[in-house]
Amino acid sequence: MIHSLFLINNAGDLFLEKHWKSVISRSICDYFFEAREKAVEPDNVPPVIRSPHHYLINIYREKIFFVSVIQTEVPPLFVIEFLHRVAETFQDYFGECSETTIKDNVVIVYELLEEMLDNGFPLATESNILKELIRPPTILRSMVNTITGSSNVGETLPTGQLSSIPWRRAGVKYTNNEAYFDVVEEIDAILDKSGTTVFAEIQGVIDACVKLSGMPDLSLSFMNPRLLDDVSFHPCVRYKRWESERVISFIPPDGNFQLMSYHISAQNLVAIPIYVKQNISFFETGSSGRLDITVGPKQTMGKTVECLVVTVHMPKVVLSANLNATQGTYNYDPVTKILLWDIGKLNPQKLPNLKGSLSLQSGAPKPEESPSLNIDLKIQQLAISGLKVNRLDMYGEKYKPFKGVKYVTKAGKFQVRT
Amino acid sequence: MLNHRFLCRNEDLKEMLESNKESLKLEAMKRIVGLIAKGKNASELFPAVVKNVASKNIELKKLVYVYLVRYAEEQQDLALLSISTFQRALKDPNQLIRASALRVLSSIRVPIIVPIMMLAIKEAATDLSPYVRKTAAHAIQKLYSLDPDQKEHLIEVIEKLLKDKSTLVAGSVVMAFEEVCPDRIDLIHKNYRKLCNLLVDVEEWGQVVIIHMLTRYARTQFVSPWREDAMFDENNEKAFYDSEEERKVEQTKPYIMDPDHRLLLRNTKPLLQSRNTAVVMAVSQLYWHLAPKHELSIITKSLVRLLRSHREVQYVVLQNIATMSIQRKGMFEPFMKSFYVRSTDATHIKTLKLEILTNLANEANISTILREFQTYVKSQDKAFAAATIQAIGRCATNISEVTDTCLNGLVLLLSNRDETVVAESVVVIKKLLQTQPSQHSDIIKHMAKLFDNITVPMARASILWLMGEYCEHVPKIAPDVLRKMAKTFTNEEDIVKLQIVNLAAKLYLTNSKQTKLLTQYILNLGKYDQNYDIRDRTRFIRQLIVPNEKSGALSKYARRILMAPKPAPVLQSAFKDRDRFQLGTLSHTLNSQASGYLELSDWPAVAPDQSVRNVEVVEPAGAPALRKSKTAKSNEKFYSDSEEEEEEEEEGSSSEESVSESESEENSDDSNKSSSSQSEKSSSESDSEKKKKTLKNKKLQQQKPDILIITYLPPQIMQKTLLLIIMTKYILIHIVLSISTQFFVNCMCSLLHLCVFLACQFDVVSWHVHVSLQASSPVFVPETSHELLHRMTGKGLSAQYRFTRQPCIYGNSMVSLQLTLSNSSDQALENIHISEKSSTGQNIHRFNAIERLEPQASVTVSMGVDFNDSTQAANFQLCTKEDEFSVSIQPAVGELLLPITMSEADFTKEQEHRAG
Repeated sequence: MIHSLFLINNAGDLFLEKHWKSVISRSICDYFFEAREKAVEPDNVPPVIRSPHHYLINIYREKIFFVSVIQTEVPPLFVIEFLHRVAETFQDYFGECSETTIKDNVVIVYELLEEMLDNGFPLATESNILKELIRPPTILRSMVNTITGSSNVGETLPTGQLSSIPWRRAGVKYTNNEAYFDVVEEIDAILDKSGTTVFAEIQGVIDACVKLSGMPDLSLSFMNPRLLDDVSFHPCVRYKRWESERVISFIPPDGNFQLMSYHISAQNLVAIPIYVKQNISFFETGSSGRLDITVGPKQTMGKTVECLVVTVHMPKVVLSANLNATQGTYNYDPVTKILLWDIGKLNPQKLPNLKGSLSLQSGAPKPEESPSLNIDLKIQQLAISGLKVNRLDMYGEKYKPFKGVKYVTKAGKFQVRT
Repeated sequence: MLNHRFLCRNEDLKEMLESNKESLKLEAMKRIVGLIAKGKNASELFPAVVKNVASKNIELKKLVYVYLVRYAEEQQDLALLSISTFQRALKDPNQLIRASALRVLSSIRVPIIVPIMMLAIKEAATDLSPYVRKTAAHAIQKLYSLDPDQKEHLIEVIEKLLKDKSTLVAGSVVMAFEEVCPDRIDLIHKNYRKLCNLLVDVEEWGQVVIIHMLTRYARTQFVSPWREDAMFDENNEKAFYDSEEERKVEQTKPYIMDPDHRLLLRNTKPLLQSRNTAVVMAVSQLYWHLAPKHELSIITKSLVRLLRSHREVQYVVLQNIATMSIQRKGMFEPFMKSFYVRSTDATHIKTLKLEILTNLANEANISTILREFQTYVKSQDKAFAAATIQAIGRCATNISEVTDTCLNGLVLLLSNRDETVVAESVVVIKKLLQTQPSQHSDIIKHMAKLFDNITVPMARASILWLMGEYCEHVPKIAPDVLRKMAKTFTNEEDIVKLQIVNLAAKLYLTNSKQTKLLTQYILNLGKYDQNYDIRDRTRFIRQLIVPNEKSGALSKYARRILMAPKPAPVLQSAFKDRDRFQLGTLSHTLNSQASGYLELSDWPAVAPDQSVRNVEVVEPAGAPALRKSKTAKSNEKFYSDSEEEEEEEEEGSSSEESVSESESEENSDDSNKSSSSQSEKSSSESDSEKKKKTLKNKKLQQQKPDILIITYLPPQIMQKTLLLIIMTKYILIHIVLSISTQFFVNCMCSLLHLCVFLACQFDVVSWHVHVSLQASSPVFVPETSHELLHRMTGKGLSAQYRFTRQPCIYGNSMVSLQLTLSNSSDQALENIHISEKSSTGQNIHRFNAIERLEPQASVTVSMGVDFNDSTQAANFQLCTKEDEFSVSIQPAVGELLLPITMSEADFTKEQEHRAG
């Protein structure tokens, strides 16, 4: 399966290599560099690259390319999914997955990679088990380690891998038993010039932070499970219970994990929380243009829209922008041609407005295309689909846990065409 | 200098490794691993490192392992020093240490240790810990890649591990199977059902591998669920809509899905909800390749869900959707909007989405799609805009209603400022015009006007070709264009030059008066061109069109050759023939066969033997479950008060009796004696000299009747059976530990018989143990019949069935049933029969239709049902002339069995075969 892994940064430096079978020379990455050059943008690099004897499957994450070398037929998604899992594990361990943290923790990275794959086939990918095998670094521990020479490898060997519940370790103990669930919904939408919805749907996830002692068996039920059109679960959830009773029944992993993700179909009417009035025009002569954007609340269910950010990808000929914002700050980056307007909280009484002129490269023809706007926003204490958690029950343990549910709505891929 | 410094550094690492301090060693190893990670060579430290392989410090040890695996191949002799450490660790009581020793040992790619590895693998494959067995499965692949000659031995190990029931092992061993012996499909037969049932609990990576393997397996073992005329690559679109016709065909040739085929589909379905995108894709491709077409729609939602995932995942999923959407538009049409392009998508994602939208276009949605395309054409991403124009062209050719609209739209794009957009439009217009040139001479004129402004060679060439091809529609303009081209000929690109020569030739033939000189001039230029293609073409054209004495008969036909009507090009998807590869594979993504790709075979015309997947009933995991479901069902029916009393009696008594003699017949006399305890007693008695001591001889004795049944069974099965018997309180049993085995020669022996026994107990009046050897006629046939259809629900028709316990005359695997139909209404019922459709998979031998059943009359018929050795109810339709009634027969386990008798010797032999 996976033969070798190379980590390459955005500048094209190969800074880590790991082989699970015979060593493959790093010159194999030349094929990748070739494709990288051709693609211009890192996002445009094809995920699967062919070389005469090998196949390179790569992902691009946090400004790092994870390039894996494959020799024989394997489902590409298998490799892609695994590479993302590696990146997530690094994030989990080091707080962020960046070149610096990987270089700083190269030994742990190596130990992790060693445990995650055996002969190129995934062995332990559950974060709970890995953390038992290899302890994540903390400042305190690394200090103690340097002084005393003790190790960050687990002293006791994990039991979870051997049990029928491979995602949870045995003997978890907390003084405060708590279980928190965050229902996070994202609105994906495309609005056209006139503000009508071309396409809108809601994607939701339930993130959990469960710190419960022992082996609790939880079941979570909704007031309105029919809303959920399509769902996917963490492996701990019992499919059959969901199929028959629409109840999510599971023995949770310890700590943070994503319990489920769901989809609310486009057939349901999706409430669009804001409207955008925009006018971006370029003049035939004089190499200048005008911009006028106003944002206002639409269907916010009585909640406040926060963290509102408007991003505009300007045409290449736009050199600078001279604008005036009634609220928030704006910034135009002439290199990436991105205009970023950070509004903050949306005040329905006084609608924020951004207005002013754009200056274009002199002599260049007026751009044909009009840029599209990407919106980012956040609404606290609201699941825009109306999904509500009914109750959470715990079986199998005697104590009474503290339970909490939080709702947040965010803009996902929210785009306004002009 | 650098080199020198590097050496020095290695020196101090060596010193650190040789020090006594654990912390220094650890520090050194950490630095060495850092070097390895950077790809620097640290092989010269091998001797110093390998010394630490037996270190007590776990982290140090792990790092040494990392080093060892990396460099052992280069330093084979030194690597051998470490082998004994691993061999010792293989015997460690801790399973994790055993596993990790095997992992490292098998990762050391040194050919000399192949025999050691082989031995270690064989031993680990029988280890009690499933984790160690999993590691053994991984080691199989490593050894195979090191020494393919070991294949035969490794297959043996694989065979053994395939039988493993642990979910931990399943994924890894199937992986090994796929790598070592993917063609040995026969190894899967017996494990097929087990793998299907375990699938949900296997870890996600194993699921992917197993699903892919089972897809291949199913394609060789089951017949196609797709109706004949809806076959895969044929004109399925038509067939898809003509469902009426299909239904007729279906009626004439009923297709019954193999229950194993159904099992696979049923057990993989919940995995569509997995969070792992690879699993979802694997299930989707399984459904695509195996499921009946009408069940395919369930995968759509899940695939669309994956589009929310990472860019790379989207890429692969969209490719697969593109292939699917060519064949089955209907699947993705409701989700069309999910494929709308966002300006932030990567280019290859955008093009794939475009491809899918184009595939989905039909008369109903084309206006929406075209409106969407209009937005895309304006995109800043020019490569994408160009692809959109191509897509518009494809829509225009495929859907004739919009051809004109598209053409007009494209003509408008000709005045676009961007060159690539214009060029692409020209090329697409050229293709579209070929379908109906006469109506569009104004477009050709318009393009001629634009010609001077277009610089992209492909576009220029296209316009020239159009001029030439339709020069008769634009008689005035074409020669003028040729005049202009004659001037710039030398500066043009090669493809343009070729088209200039073409244009000249065509004009020469149609309008030689105006263009003769121009043509000769151009042909002269072409004759001395640098490119040999152009020189060739020029020479050829000259010979063809200019008449001279040398040119033969061909020039007479020049006009017909050059001006022949040309078929319009077919614009089709680049994913048209991708379906030759299994979906979800690397080969499919690359559109070329990757090494190690395993072809998906076509469905067999005739289903291979189904029974190969049957597993012996003496399977501890499967059998009790079956019995339990059965017994629980019948509980209410046969439960009687008297029995309960007896049961209580029995519980009260605890005296144990050893029956040491008697043949079954005689035994009837003493059977009324005191009962024995039903608890399991270990046979501490003297039977050790005869049997394996795990075997216990039990005597089951019924109180009232006069029988004795003894069965030899592996203890765990016996235990379960007994427990069941006791729990369900059907009967009274006396368990008597026997001292010797020889007395029970003539008794019913195997588990099978115990089941029969159980099944029959409910209404036993008398039970005689059959003694003859080959006997298969039942000793006892219960009189009770079960209700199939009540007269109220059956509108007067009532039906009762009973199991005759005779070998079925319709087929070996069938169970024969006697059906009594009576008419309790006051009208005669006509044409009573069983409908052709059987809703479950069972094979049913129907009775001949009963023409007429008079009021109050009843008739008895016999029929056969193949229950496939399961207690699944057989559902079918009982029809009269007017009505249809759904009925179902649920067999008791006992009714499925065939009574056999065997001698003790035979029994012992059988028993040894099936030892737990």
